[in-house]
Amino acid sequence: MPAQTPNGCAMRPAPCRVDAVMLEARASILTKRSFKAAAKRSALELVVACMDLTTLEGKDTPGKVRGLCARGISPAPGVPSVAAICVYPALVPVAVRALAHSSVKVASVATAFPSGLSPLDVKLRETLEAVAAGADEIDMVIDRSAFLAGHYDAVAHEIAATREACAGATLKVILEVGELGSYAAVRRACDLALAAGADFLKTSTGKIGASSTPAVALLMCEAIREHARRTGREVGLKLAGGIRTSKSALGYVSIVHETLGNAWLVPERFRIGASSLLDDVLMQREKDASGNYAGASYVAVA
Amino acid sequence: MAVVPELAYSPAPESTAPVSIRESYGLFYGGEWVAPAGATTFATQNPATEEKLAEIAYAEAVDIDRAVRAARRGYEKYWRKLRPTERAKYVYRIARALTERSREFAILETMDGGKPIRESRDFDVPQASAHFFYHAGWADKLDWAVPGCQRPRALGVVGAIVPWNFPLLIATWKIAPALACGNTIVLKPAETTPLSALLLAQVCAEADLPPGVFNVVTGDGRTGAALAEHPDLDKVTFTGSTEVGKAIRRATAGMGKRLSLELGGKSAFIVYDDAPLDQVVEGIVSAIFFNQGHVCCAGSRLLVQESVADDVVERLRARLATLRHGDPLDKNTDIGAVNSRAQRDKIVELVQSGIDEGAELVQAQWTPPDRGYWYPASFFTNVQPTYRIAREEIFGPVLSVMTFRTPGEAIERANNLPYGLSAGVWTSSGALALYTAQRLAAGVIWCNTFNQFDPSSPFGGYKESGFGREGGLAGLRAYLQT
Repeated sequence: MPAQTPNGCAMRPAPCRVDAVMLEARASILTKRSFKAAAKRSALELVVACMDLTTLEGKDTPGKVRGLCARGISPAPGVPSVAAICVYPALVPVAVRALAHSSVKVASVATAFPSGLSPLDVKLRETLEAVAAGADEIDMVIDRSAFLAGHYDAVAHEIAATREACAGATLKVILEVGELGSYAAVRRACDLALAAGADFLKTSTGKIGASSTPAVALLMCEAIREHARRTGREVGLKLAGGIRTSKSALGYVSIVHETLGNAWLVPERFRIGASSLLDDVLMQREKDASGNYAGASYVAVA
Repeated sequence: MAVVPELAYSPAPESTAPVSIRESYGLFYGGEWVAPAGATTFATQNPATEEKLAEIAYAEAVDIDRAVRAARRGYEKYWRKLRPTERAKYVYRIARALTERSREFAILETMDGGKPIRESRDFDVPQASAHFFYHAGWADKLDWAVPGCQRPRALGVVGAIVPWNFPLLIATWKIAPALACGNTIVLKPAETTPLSALLLAQVCAEADLPPGVFNVVTGDGRTGAALAEHPDLDKVTFTGSTEVGKAIRRATAGMGKRLSLELGGKSAFIVYDDAPLDQVVEGIVSAIFFNQGHVCCAGSRLLVQESVADDVVERLRARLATLRHGDPLDKNTDIGAVNSRAQRDKIVELVQSGIDEGAELVQAQWTPPDRGYWYPASFFTNVQPTYRIAREEIFGPVLSVMTFRTPGEAIERANNLPYGLSAGVWTSSGALALYTAQRLAAGVIWCNTFNQFDPSSPFGGYKESGFGREGGLAGLRAYLQT
């Protein structure tokens, strides 16, 4: 139910205040931080340890998922395992078996990913089944249709209901920032998800062109920081969509490092969702060790 | 889950290899390097290390006279006879050379002045070349620059005296319009930061700029005074302290010279309670900690609405801990070295006055290196408008936080100083921003941002912050007879 004023009119929620100019200026400074030598090596290890290695395609098969899991457990000699493997609900059982004796978590998208436009009971059922099949983490999408129509309470209610449905599992809430249209709207979506019990805020599905940007990541860090300051609850951040190079990943790492601090730079509070980023990280590592760029042939793909 | 490494940046110093600094520099006028008449020289040093960078010639009155004569010859013999399109080519050539050698200029500027390489690389040098490009475009279009004036003409010879906070950029603000409008110029860079002007002289020589069009004389305040007082200048343009600006105005009164002055400031940064507070904090950082606060238009007085004052101070206190102090040449440094021992001593003295008068100091916890001149990012709370730190320009990374209750009070407090260079207004309400801006006596007013510059946007002050504008159409007119 929307909040009511004494005369019965629905109260309009207070506008979310964010200004693009300084937000983008600060994000731009942070993405130009320089990582050299040992700092770069250990930051790239952190990127791998915080990575949700992802495959979300209609053509995904058990074979493909098993390959991805093997790669996630042991990306290359001396490189840590990734944080999680992220798949569609139907492939959760495959991933659970493949990751059984590893530290790598199973993440599943749910709630009619990527659009979120199915009846709520269908979406909740999908969530329940993914958790029952062994998913440790659920990546839900918010209902952007309801959000953009101004039905913020419906969005919040849905997040809370999904939160309940995935009891015991980690809930990541995908805002699909590229569809929200403004920084103020992203901030509003962050605040809704934080209040409704998200464990992670996540930028994007990766299924639309416009997704994570440094400024959006900074804005989400600010929302998380403020929530922690007010409630003491430390919500994580997952960046996804379009992060393909080590350089861009390190830019995001700097944003989290200088906004939320190192307490957030652990897999429990920070993730990068990606499918091809790992290749570039491994090649960068090789380049820093040997001085030469390895060709793609020298990185085991899956 | 896996144990992840603790994240830290390792030192990332910019290499000084692209820069070659000579052991000593003469004066540059008439298209060549000239030894000064006297034997006096002075050292310029790196304020982050106290290392001597080069020995600089000290220009005396006789040298100034020769340089001005060279500029006059350059004007009469070459520059005034050149077609505007040809003049434009030279200015474009300088702009391109600056862009091509931007890394070299940035490193040199940081070595000589102490500012972070991030700023010299991303702000000073790109802005400087943007100024040359912008004004090069005007050189052959001046007939359209001044409404009602069909054929504006050059003034003649310009004397320019610039400060040490943006040595290259502020010099450029004067050189680019002067040359584009057909004037020749004698530049006197600051005593502590002459190197980028001398490199620019080299660039101009390599660009085959006709002799005498751009000239550099080096020295201290007395050198500047001798230049300002030279009888054969058509215009004097000065950026620096209000005190020296007043002296120049007195000295040049009645000589028939044009004068523009860009002087000190104690600019207000007004935060209303509906402002985007996280961005406000970034704005404050940009307003007062940019270039260690050595900025004439620094937002050094924070006026924050009482209802959000505690919130803003708490956020600012947390942000202070994440500012990265240190080696100016390190690409990850936010706050570099203070420009000189004298400036550091001045900051220390004013901060002490704030403590003595009863304000509360909040300071970034950082241990500076043994050598060099440093001052940590700081702000004062519990500041009363009567305190010296609320009225005098500190020119360092020190902010004074005060509160207000209503827009009327904010405006009154913001205007209640002899200065009027810039101001910032922070609110989510466009109407309130305009209402406030219309009532502020300041040359530049930024809304929900701070310290943004563009060659097409005029910059200058009200009251004791000076007169005349630099940049844009208004800035062009300062170098034209109309």
